[in-house]
Amino acid sequence: MIPAAFDYVRPGSIEEALAALADPDAKALAGGHSLIPALKVRLARPSVLVDLRDLDLRGVAIDEAAVTIGALTTYGEAARALAGVSGVDALREAIGSVGDLQIRNAGTIGGCIAHADPASDVAAAVLALGARLTAQSPAGTREIAADDLFLGPFTTALAAQELITEITIPRGGGSAYASVEDLASGYPLAGAAVRLARAGESDGSCRVALTGALGAPSRLPSVEALIEREGVEADLSAALSALELATDDVAYRRHLVEVVVRRAAARAVERSAA
Amino acid sequence: MGGTPTSVTLTVNGVERTLEVEPRMLLVHALRDDLGLTGTKVGCDTSQCGACTVHVDGRAVKSCTVLAVQATGAEVTTVEGIGSLARLHPLQAAFVEQDGLQCGFCTSGMIMTALDLLARDPDPDGETVRHALAGNLCRCTGYETIVDAVRAGAATMRSPA
Repeated sequence: MIPAAFDYVRPGSIEEALAALADPDAKALAGGHSLIPALKVRLARPSVLVDLRDLDLRGVAIDEAAVTIGALTTYGEAARALAGVSGVDALREAIGSVGDLQIRNAGTIGGCIAHADPASDVAAAVLALGARLTAQSPAGTREIAADDLFLGPFTTALAAQELITEITIPRGGGSAYASVEDLASGYPLAGAAVRLARAGESDGSCRVALTGALGAPSRLPSVEALIEREGVEADLSAALSALELATDDVAYRRHLVEVVVRRAAARAVERSAA
Repeated sequence: MGGTPTSVTLTVNGVERTLEVEPRMLLVHALRDDLGLTGTKVGCDTSQCGACTVHVDGRAVKSCTVLAVQATGAEVTTVEGIGSLARLHPLQAAFVEQDGLQCGFCTSGMIMTALDLLARDPDPDGETVRHALAGNLCRCTGYETIVDAVRAGAATMRSPA
């Protein structure tokens, strides 16, 4: 499959990249593992690709409070950097669930989040862990809470001429990500990330995020409230049956959603107690 | 309508090559059609089967999902770059000895992905090999002999020459 023709630029700085993105038909290229398949089936037909590869946005910084990931860090680089790092288990597990070895070598964390696939593993983890994104545009730099980012399928709060530069994930609590994947595509049919506070932690809230079965990766406030009130053994079926699933196999998906939420919650409980 | 041809200089199997390509040309087509390196296969063409796996800067990637222009300045290694008929790479020899192939279409991709794994984990157990090869499909073997071949090749690679 051959993409429609486009021009290609490879800017050396983020300012140049943002300038190139002023063209409304331009598209930013990070790892390309969502964009290039879309180009090949001609779902996307940009006039120019702005390759971000040379920008200095790679690497993982870890301190006591948080993990900060450069937007162009690949899944594989992030997974290796996060091996053995506590307090971000859901993120590490979500990254490990993405695609396969080759895809994790090429796809980037920032590209994944900006693409906002409704079945993104990583999106569920950044929602449950309360990540903050730093984004840069010609107007300057701003912080966006993951909670405010995902607006719909492949739709985010990012402006056309705005790029994620880094992702900051607070460390703490006990968290986990669980999914059931479509075997052919590797995308989750349902994936859930759950974060629970440890005893004595100031942020005592429970956060649950779902991907793969909704129009966009989303928190599940009714499930969070139920778990806070009754613990992870709570009967989630009523809360889950109220969800509007974006799928035609609703009964099956609803079952999978309950399975993945329970699996993630069970592991998150163990980790919050450990 | 865009598509201005652009010059790409990259190193393929240790040799610097310069190509004039349209930006939309996929790396796999540049390797096969422009450079004649047909050991790298186009299987599914949808990033799923792994037959097109090559190394870019030491990491296994699916060359049907990389633009040739993205490889500007990169070191690309294809299956032709790891051994020759006269002098097979230990992992290639292991695929022959362990019957790790039937039709052979997936084999170069399997080998290139497995080499990425072995660079980081020289002695993987079967489960680790299976996990690493999840993005490489074989429709013939049932995978058992492929896992055997990777582990046998790894053992040879670990032993002093």
